[in-house]
Amino acid sequence: MSDILIIFRKPPVGTSWAREALDLALVGAAFGQKVSLLFMGDGVFQLAQNQQPDAVGQKGTQAMMQALSMYDIDDIYVHNDSLDTRGMAADQLNIDCQPITSKALPGLLQQHKQVFNF
Amino acid sequence: MENAMADHKQDTESVTNNQASDTALEKKQKSQEHSQEIPATDSEGYLENLSDWNENVAEQIAQSEGMQLTEAHWQIIHLLRRFYEEFELSPAMRPLVKYIGLHLGKEQARSIYLMQLFGDSPAKMASKIAGLPKPTNCL
Repeated sequence: MSDILIIFRKPPVGTSWAREALDLALVGAAFGQKVSLLFMGDGVFQLAQNQQPDAVGQKGTQAMMQALSMYDIDDIYVHNDSLDTRGMAADQLNIDCQPITSKALPGLLQQHKQVFNF
Repeated sequence: MENAMADHKQDTESVTNNQASDTALEKKQKSQEHSQEIPATDSEGYLENLSDWNENVAEQIAQSEGMQLTEAHWQIIHLLRRFYEEFELSPAMRPLVKYIGLHLGKEQARSIYLMQLFGDSPAKMASKIAGLPKPTNCL
């Protein structure tokens, strides 16, 4: 059973939700917690390649996400249907993710002691 | 006319050179007195502008922390700056160790080694000297 599941549900820019969620993931991992991530809803846009957050004067999270493996965060899931409805494909993302079906979501949540929604 | 200008230029250059060596001397004296050369920092001693950093500044920060930088320190400092460039974040201890393991070698990829070089909080101290923000994910 993993310790923490962090769910990313907001678009990458406009707010700092994406960054806050990622910060929490890194803090958790730095303190030895086993952290998993799930991207769903508009959160899958955080995984898009070639984002240009500077256009709206924001610092993106793309580079930071590349550091996840340095923090031993390797269980990264992306919700299939969320990708489909946004015309995105699992093999065209910024980082390697395991696609997960709607049916499998409750099981994933149950595998974690704590779930954080961002 | 051209010659005159060339002469003039030469004069200016030699003046500038003199001034430069004067300032260098003053700087040296100053740094021996107080090490006042460190650009603006926050209350904990981290540089406010990343672009203010250079190796000289690193030496000054290290000195103000009572440290003398050796080749072994520089290796880590430069790698740390590479980490920041790549991931736009200052690493906590574990990711730093892992990154060192990938790029330098097993010998250096140990927290005890980093503590020998940078003291009790190596990730924080090395970030400070490398002119990076304080690692947020670190006590």
